[in-house]
Amino acid sequence: MHLSDPDPKPIVNLPPIILDWFAARGWQPRRHQLEMIEAARDGRHALLVAATGAGKTLAGFLPSLKDLIDAPSDGLHTLYISPLKALATDVRRNLLIPIEEMGLPIRVEARTGDTPSDRKARQRVKPPHILLTTPESLSLLLSHEDSVHMLATLKRVIVDEVHAFANGKRGDLLSLSLARLQTLAPKLQRVALSATVADPDDYRAWLAPYGDMDQVRLVEGETAAAPDLTILLPEGRVPWAGHSGHHAIPQLMDEIGRNKITLIFCNTRFLAEFIFQKLWDANEQKFAIGIHHGSLSVEARRKVEGAMAEGKLRALVCTASLDLGVDWGNVDCVIQMGAPKGSSRLLQRIGRSNHRMDEPSKAILVPGNRFEYLEAQAAFDAVTEGVRDGETFRPGSYDVLAQHVMGLACAGPFDEAELLAEIQSALPYSGVDAASFARVIAFIATGGYALKAYDRFKKLVKDPDGRWRLSHPQFAAQHRFNAGIIVDAPMLEIRFRNGRKLGKVEETFAATLSPGNCFTFAGMALEVESIKDLDLIVRAATKPANNIPSYMGARLPLTTHLAGRVRQMLTDRPGWARFPDEVREWLEMQAYRSQIPKAGQLLVETFPHDKRYYMVAYPFEGWNAHQSLGMLITRRMESRGLMPMGFVASDYALGVWSLKPITDPRPLFSADILADEFVDWVEQSYLLKRAFREVAVISGLVERQHPGKRKTGRQVTFSTDLIYDVLRKYEPDHLLLEAAWADARARLTDVGRLGDLLDRAADTMLHVDLERVSPLAVPLLVMIGRESVAQGSVDDALLMEAESLASIAMTP
Amino acid sequence: MTQSFEFGGQQFEIAGEAALYWRAQDALLVSDLHLEKASAFALYGQMLPPYDSVSTLQDIAALCSKYSPVKIISLGDNFHDDDGEQRLAKSAAALLVDLTRDTEWIWITGNHDRTVSGKWGGKAFDELTLSGITLRHEALGGDPNPEISGHFHPKFRQVLRGRMVKRRCFVKTPRKMIMPAFGALTGGLDVQDVAIIKACDLADGEGVEALVPMQSGYARFALNKTGTLAK
Repeated sequence: MHLSDPDPKPIVNLPPIILDWFAARGWQPRRHQLEMIEAARDGRHALLVAATGAGKTLAGFLPSLKDLIDAPSDGLHTLYISPLKALATDVRRNLLIPIEEMGLPIRVEARTGDTPSDRKARQRVKPPHILLTTPESLSLLLSHEDSVHMLATLKRVIVDEVHAFANGKRGDLLSLSLARLQTLAPKLQRVALSATVADPDDYRAWLAPYGDMDQVRLVEGETAAAPDLTILLPEGRVPWAGHSGHHAIPQLMDEIGRNKITLIFCNTRFLAEFIFQKLWDANEQKFAIGIHHGSLSVEARRKVEGAMAEGKLRALVCTASLDLGVDWGNVDCVIQMGAPKGSSRLLQRIGRSNHRMDEPSKAILVPGNRFEYLEAQAAFDAVTEGVRDGETFRPGSYDVLAQHVMGLACAGPFDEAELLAEIQSALPYSGVDAASFARVIAFIATGGYALKAYDRFKKLVKDPDGRWRLSHPQFAAQHRFNAGIIVDAPMLEIRFRNGRKLGKVEETFAATLSPGNCFTFAGMALEVESIKDLDLIVRAATKPANNIPSYMGARLPLTTHLAGRVRQMLTDRPGWARFPDEVREWLEMQAYRSQIPKAGQLLVETFPHDKRYYMVAYPFEGWNAHQSLGMLITRRMESRGLMPMGFVASDYALGVWSLKPITDPRPLFSADILADEFVDWVEQSYLLKRAFREVAVISGLVERQHPGKRKTGRQVTFSTDLIYDVLRKYEPDHLLLEAAWADARARLTDVGRLGDLLDRAADTMLHVDLERVSPLAVPLLVMIGRESVAQGSVDDALLMEAESLASIAMTP
Repeated sequence: MTQSFEFGGQQFEIAGEAALYWRAQDALLVSDLHLEKASAFALYGQMLPPYDSVSTLQDIAALCSKYSPVKIISLGDNFHDDDGEQRLAKSAAALLVDLTRDTEWIWITGNHDRTVSGKWGGKAFDELTLSGITLRHEALGGDPNPEISGHFHPKFRQVLRGRMVKRRCFVKTPRKMIMPAFGALTGGLDVQDVAIIKACDLADGEGVEALVPMQSGYARFALNKTGTLAK
């Protein structure tokens, strides 16, 4: 590959053995690869931002290789950290090839959850030069006493795909581990590799000790050729509703036939199974098509990945499970089903195809409805202009901090003030003060309750010299068994009677099944044989399956960036000319029958329909914020006697219906709703319980359920809901409730966007009172997923309804 | 929707979410309190909130104010383990002492707490028969007499209109009644679990139903011979 960069080449001396290797392949080192070496020579931390296919990984490793050639040494030199276990194995291959071809005596090993424990122990005594690992495995490594010695020789740490996880809980954990590594090896150079991001400074600050981004040199890769992007309209039509884009199946088959290998991204596992099914039904040419998502068993995923690597598949239907990682150079077309939800994610997905920088990647968007068409168009524009979504960084979570501190306690005694100083050097935790840190330590030691009931059972005790240490080594084993950041919803394992595992479904879905029921999973029609404990035993179905598992998961909300673009597109009337006729006519009809909001205006329509009164608002703030708003507004409507019946939310709009008309929507959108109704609602909703479950597991309050280590007989697993109820009643200020609240606010309710929406609602509201439903409201009102308003106790109402069914069934 | 029901020739009422009020005996029945469950876990490093005993006993006290029973009968697994009595914290102990002083408190012993010393009041029995109904911790196969027991922590768990409804429930046959766990931190076993239908020890022609408490009254669900909910 040739260097076509006009910039002057940085002056660094690469060892001849590396230059020869490049030359032998007809390559030259690229500018950013040399700049990474320069940064290392200058003793600087570095962030490399480059598109997929730019030789990022090699750029990260080159300075380590140069170092090890120039000054061969024993001991661990470089840690490489990837968010994906599979990626660590993949990169091992890609790094090992240059090392082998250069004939370098450099040892590279992987350390993940799959590494046998005897090899892990050996690694701590006789470490390789380069160790490939994950944030979780690194954290566990730090919990071993002998890791202190092993890590003292460390020169560089490379964090790959940093854009994918820095601002979440795994990022919190890694930032704490980096602070620890810097203490153990003060001259450590931190390096991060990232896809193109909106603001690299956010990541420089995250990577730097004390958030001092000036310590991190920014190295930018060449820009890739702009993608060849098209929006596919199903048979030239844009449907009113739905998300699947499945009307486009015949056209998808054509695309699969036209390209060598096609990746088809779906936003949910449910949709992936659905589209796979539809493709298979239409697959007259018998193309080899596979499916890949996060709930398939590891074996099933590896098998599909293997088939892809060998070029045996023509198409693969997948989810976010393939957003990162495994590089298959031969993919030549990427299809996005439904709305892309964000420009960064879309770019990442497009980057899965054609890894040559100089040729455009081919990508096709398939919107499922008219709003999604607008969103697809907005994403198209953003990608064409190369604009990414901004990322929000939030303070680090206390549950992760508790896990980290416990891990360090397992490695040996620590001084509270020293450790506080160390964790404050991690940007997400720079705001933790001595009092908060003392709370975290008290939580680990005794649960941190106001009622000092557990002083006798302390996990951490203070030595005479004032240092904290573990009271019993057994707690270290317990910690290592339970540590980790990813907490799944309660799941059942799907397997055949012969033991072959297919994957997992959520308990909520499994509860709807009884023996004899059929459902589709991993592209197969399955019939339930029996449900035992946490296993769902299945066999191949003999009758057609009409049921597909759905998963709660976190819904991908429309990013603020794309939402802004969609709002902008609506107001830009001349710009409608480029839309398909149906979409343009739809908007023109809206302008005629109702109104199109001007820039910055929040459109709210009210109209009677089907003996009810409707109110539809179009804030474009994402499903989470709209769902929360729906809950809050209907509560307020109830207290004002408007008799709300239900509501429905999408990424774009919120619709509410009631028995009495809303004459003035303004008071319903006032900001005090966040103070008056919000707390009350969140505390009673499942949101906080769900958040609590996660923090209870991560912080180590309750033990994880490990498959294969199931308690037999009576179910003795702990319901964190019960713990939550007791804690909320008796100690509402507890650290974990605070942590659950922080999560609920940030992730589950999007309260930030909701607050912004309400702040501007009063001043910008354009209220239009109509005689009948408006064109813009139709896609929302034909949506499924309506919520009815809780009248008294919903559960009681459901029980009474179900009971009457049961009695009818019992009557002969 | 029904308020009270007949069992073993006597009238019972579901009290709160997991207790029974027996009118003729003027007795409140609870089961599987598992007092000091949290501290039992704390011993092994899981520092669960130390408020479970207080919470459980306050719930009993609340039912006492409503029904003013003469007797309170606790059907075993009263404490989560044999040492639980010793670990009971002051505030919870004070509550328990009040309750056992103000009522005729009967401990039936269970498999978790094989003995109850009576340190905090009350009298202990292995089992007890009142008005022809035997009260014991775990259902006894082959006993033809009416019996009320606990042990299994039955719980109703169904997706109704896409929403998971989970709630403690009672299991009732013509001869046997299995109570849900009352304790604040006690989990449950799906009422459809085969262990429960086995414990029902059904004779020919006997039916089983799950009684699910609601804010007022309870809902009834028939169970098949295999223990699954009739659809």
